[in-house]
Amino acid sequence: MKKLRFLLQKEFRQIFRDKTILAMMLAVPTIQLIIIPQAMNFDIKNINISIVDNDHSSYSQKLISKIGSSGYFRIVSNDISYQKALRHIENGSADLVMELPNGFERNLIREGSQKIGVSVDAINGSKASIGGAYLNSVIADFNAGLEVNQITVPTQPGPEGFVDITYSNWFNTLAEYKFYIVPGVLVLLLTLIGGFMSALNIVREKEAGTIEQINVTPIKKWEFILGKLIPFWIIGMIVFTVGLIVCWIVYGIISVGSIALLYSIAGIYLIALLGFGLLISTYSDSQVQAMFIAFFFILIFILMSGLFTSVDSMPPWAKVVSNATPVTHFIKIVRMIMLKGSGFSDVKSELAYILVFAIALNGWAIWNYRKTA
Amino acid sequence: MKQLFVFIRKEFYHVFRDPRTLLIMFGLPVVQIILFGFALTSEVKNTDILISDYSQDVQSTKVTQKIKASSYFIVHEAVIGNREIENTFKKGQIKCVLIFPPGFSNDLFHNGKGQIQIIADGSDPNTAKTIINYLTSIISSYQREEFPAAATPYQITTEPRMLYNEDDNGSLNYIPGVMALILMLVCTALTSVSIVKEKELGTMEILLVSPFKPVMVLIAKAVPYFLLSIVNFSLILLLSVFMLHIEVKGNLLLLFFETAIFILTCLSFGLLISNTTNAQQTALLISMMGMMLPTIIFTGFLFPLENMPWIFQLIANIVPSKWYFIIIKNVMLKGLGLKYVWKETLILIGMTCFLLAIALKNFKIRLQ
Repeated sequence: MKKLRFLLQKEFRQIFRDKTILAMMLAVPTIQLIIIPQAMNFDIKNINISIVDNDHSSYSQKLISKIGSSGYFRIVSNDISYQKALRHIENGSADLVMELPNGFERNLIREGSQKIGVSVDAINGSKASIGGAYLNSVIADFNAGLEVNQITVPTQPGPEGFVDITYSNWFNTLAEYKFYIVPGVLVLLLTLIGGFMSALNIVREKEAGTIEQINVTPIKKWEFILGKLIPFWIIGMIVFTVGLIVCWIVYGIISVGSIALLYSIAGIYLIALLGFGLLISTYSDSQVQAMFIAFFFILIFILMSGLFTSVDSMPPWAKVVSNATPVTHFIKIVRMIMLKGSGFSDVKSELAYILVFAIALNGWAIWNYRKTA
Repeated sequence: MKQLFVFIRKEFYHVFRDPRTLLIMFGLPVVQIILFGFALTSEVKNTDILISDYSQDVQSTKVTQKIKASSYFIVHEAVIGNREIENTFKKGQIKCVLIFPPGFSNDLFHNGKGQIQIIADGSDPNTAKTIINYLTSIISSYQREEFPAAATPYQITTEPRMLYNEDDNGSLNYIPGVMALILMLVCTALTSVSIVKEKELGTMEILLVSPFKPVMVLIAKAVPYFLLSIVNFSLILLLSVFMLHIEVKGNLLLLFFETAIFILTCLSFGLLISNTTNAQQTALLISMMGMMLPTIIFTGFLFPLENMPWIFQLIANIVPSKWYFIIIKNVMLKGLGLKYVWKETLILIGMTCFLLAIALKNFKIRLQ
């Protein structure tokens, strides 16, 4: 136990002497947590639309002004031909082209129906589908408000068959994206710090040659690993605390669920993550290698974890990959506890995953660390 | 000239003798493009929803059948109360609850108005919105089929056409994005490290006192990484075409030309980083950990740039991958020519010149 205390003393001195690294660990995540979620905004508004009005009738004008005033769309141009409008999609200034055909008003009144062409730049799938849905709802609204409909249909609903759909969003009534993304970014930053720092750690001693000095001492393998783990664990918990305070002060997000539960799970997660970093460290010969391997995995963690895109929509094999990363489970838990107030029994299966990771990764790291050079 | 080739050969030896780094350099983009090409999608499918049917009559069953028939949802059925809905959401599996109040058919036929309530788990607001949109459109189509009389007689309908993406491939937007991201991070990190490493080992001193011009040292460093990155890009491109079935609509030559410019930009940036640091660790921390998130965000493939506050839109302009992403999207997916991307190309060239100028100006011939 005494040996461990000396090891810890050494590690802490090393960390506190390097002011750049210390700043990198504490200031960078705080600043990023304040700035980044503001840039991550999935709320899709200001969809740019180009309109081709071949009819120039009062109905077409009404429809256009209805679209312009709906708040979702920005009319970037009124073009004389579809070809011209398409140019706006090609150079990226418009997302949608709506073409009102010649005889729009006449057909609508005589035949009771009129089709209009909508061309969507479908490369960005979510924007295309949401933009299309918005346009449909504006048009449906316009349909209901048409004067001809007002005359023929009595104002009260018909005798039968009208389905009234009401909907509500729980836990986040206004469906604001920040509630979803801020806890996610907090986890992400914690992962970056914990993963990269611990991955570089043992390798640094290897490169500097100081690991030889430790190898010839009676320090045991587990003591050495523990000595490396504990300082980063403490720093990680400090980062997590600072992050929670930022969530509260900057974004007004306070955990609905138990803080104690959140902390104990974060503690276990950090152990798993640090074990992962140490494992990389024991396998690589140079800091460059360690950094690249860490980078490889962390990029996969970030993009596969469901931080930005839904895990449910992935193909089955990708779901398996996603479940094989500790980050996926921790992000899920943090969101469940902070936003919905889930309790221990709700998160226990996810927690089991993280526990398995913590034990397996650290066990592997200790086993793989050789005291011979 | 001969000297230069000798030095370039030396750099190639460095690269090829370190198989692990080489493996990372080629393995990383390959694995990631496959993984993300298949896994990242903006669509919502296979979502678990719960239908709580209090009426259990003909019409509610019909609606339920219709929802079950769509591929978006995995439908669970149970009659639960409000309190239990909250507990269900807390468990996290069910994303949405659809409730038929008692006597749905009866209301529909005799009061003319049946009610359906949708409650979505708003902690993931985008999925919630999409689920509500899907459910609403399924229910409306049921209504049109069952009660054509109830529809308004004068209708404007839209005829949507999906440009550039007829199959509605949800991951199409991510592939050029991931390409830009990987090239940017890998090129910058490798170049910056290769120079700083010589500084750390002290071999830089030897190179600088040789009769070889110092600027040539930098060029010799950059050439192998430039060539490797081009090979890397070709590999990624082949994978996207043959594995992910992305059709390259534009001119292949133009695509390579633009990529070459972008790689040059990244290399110059790497040179600049290497000039300002003396330790591999710092160079790596700057070029990987420091740049990873900004690159992911400001490239614009995950989050629409035009939604960001103006200051971020301004910052995004200095991120080279943003311009490359626009170019490659236009050329590869939309099949446009140089006429449409000359502005972005000029910006990239300008950035390269600017970065190179600073890097060369700061390049110290003496180490101390």
